[in-house]
Amino acid sequence: MTAAGGIAVEPADRRGSETARFDPVRARRDFPILQTEGFVFLDSAASAQKPQCVIDAIANCYSKDYANIHRGVYELSARATSNFEAVRATTQRFIGAAEAREIVFVRNTTEALNLIASTYGRQNVGPGDEVLITEMEHHSNIVPWQMLCEEKGAVLRVAPIDGRGALMLDEFEKLLGSRTKIVSVAHISNALGTINPVAEITRLAHARGAVVVVDGAQAVPHHRVDVSALDCDFYALSGHKVFGPTGVGVLYGKASILESMPPYQGGGSMIKTVRFEKTTYADIPQRFEAGTPNIGGIAGFGAALDYVNGLGLDGIAAHECELLAYATDALAEISDLRQIGTAPQRAAVLSFTLDGVHPHDVGSILDHEGVAVRTGHHCAQPVMEHFGVSATVRASFALYNTREDVDALIRALHVVRELFR
Amino acid sequence: MSADLRELYQSVILDHNKAPRNFCKPKCANRSAEGINPLCGDQLTVYLTVEDGIVKDVGFSGTGCAISTASASLMTQSIKGKKIEDVEHLFAGFHEMLTSDKLSKTRDEDLGKLSVFSGVREFPMRVKCATLAWHAMTEALHNTGQSATTE
Repeated sequence: MTAAGGIAVEPADRRGSETARFDPVRARRDFPILQTEGFVFLDSAASAQKPQCVIDAIANCYSKDYANIHRGVYELSARATSNFEAVRATTQRFIGAAEAREIVFVRNTTEALNLIASTYGRQNVGPGDEVLITEMEHHSNIVPWQMLCEEKGAVLRVAPIDGRGALMLDEFEKLLGSRTKIVSVAHISNALGTINPVAEITRLAHARGAVVVVDGAQAVPHHRVDVSALDCDFYALSGHKVFGPTGVGVLYGKASILESMPPYQGGGSMIKTVRFEKTTYADIPQRFEAGTPNIGGIAGFGAALDYVNGLGLDGIAAHECELLAYATDALAEISDLRQIGTAPQRAAVLSFTLDGVHPHDVGSILDHEGVAVRTGHHCAQPVMEHFGVSATVRASFALYNTREDVDALIRALHVVRELFR
Repeated sequence: MSADLRELYQSVILDHNKAPRNFCKPKCANRSAEGINPLCGDQLTVYLTVEDGIVKDVGFSGTGCAISTASASLMTQSIKGKKIEDVEHLFAGFHEMLTSDKLSKTRDEDLGKLSVFSGVREFPMRVKCATLAWHAMTEALHNTGQSATTE
């Protein structure tokens, strides 16, 4: 596989191994931090760990291939530019976009969503119009729309979830109306693991003339995503959740829509000509990429996508599905454990509470036993409210987790039960 | 199970978590403040009856982890009947115990039952839990009308 900037991202023996069975034990060895004895990492939904090839790619960029991009005529700058643009093409293929110019680099999913709200949203949402989201959204897919609605006198509508944490599609459909301008939904819920039927949601929304934004932060590390097949108008993701560095995110937008949108931030790179009387803006995607981007981070991000491609997302998804089933069965043996989020279509996220023990105490004890989990509201307070809890314990899995990790979690939960008898 | 976990979750703490004392709003409460820990979602309200510079009565309500609940419960017991300046002195000593290795001997003696929280020192992430009620109580004492937050 060709990699950005002469960065070797895959061990030779993995090349063309898409059809070979995915081996999590072997993949785990690629992650330096996971070599620590007795350390079990079950918080990849917050941020994933980084394989050596990503760390090397960042170092290589700065030690061999670094200069500012889209500027110099000298060879190094040209090389840095072509490496950078190669990652755009890698990203395009990774999510099945039709063209590379539909890929806009941002800081993270949050910035991607804010970008849509402040450009497309400001341009197309007016007083009395509606934005439709779901009850399971992360705060970053709630607050930007609230801010937009407040500014424009528009209305934020929320489609409810059922007792399992699945979207009530019939209720969602009822909330879609002629005033609905934007529908924004998570592909996979970070707090519940629920996988939303995004293709169906998109079909329904398009029938009413609304554009569809998908928060894909939790989906991309676990499942093959094809934005063309989904037919969504925008798709947002974070590099750090897909084993890349922090500070790199992606906004995918259909070219025709991106072209109709005003700029996001003003500055260098996003212009054609600047005169004090009148500035003209660059074509997409540069129109949305003001200022020097995260060049080193994007080199690492490209390496991360190549790494995941090399392992094969179908194998990763099958492994995580098996792990989720194993963990779900194992949790059933812990007394008075309530699983939060039991939707039939679910990714490898397990949210739960233990009767009589606050999640924060569970988290401390688990950490003491070497198991890192997230506790709290997971930036999804409305989800907590729906289930009548203030917080949950969340164990989330990624490609490098194994049954042994689940076993360690169960052992640690027994320690909690022993302490809080 | 390791000693420091047992030290953190001493039986006194577990008992106060299960059956918090003064878990109510005193009838004549004349000051109150809310404490919020956004990280873990802990939220409690401390109510005080302050007369002539003395905390005549104190109670609390809300939800939180075992450390914050037990700390609030034990706090109510230790400050009831004390002068405001003594309460503030007690908090300073309590805070020092949670965060510093070198605790002055006189302060250690002052703390009494509160010394069950000394194990928190080994769990720096939990200091905010142990001090949440105290921060809220301080806000209530000064009656600033704002909620205390640990962030």
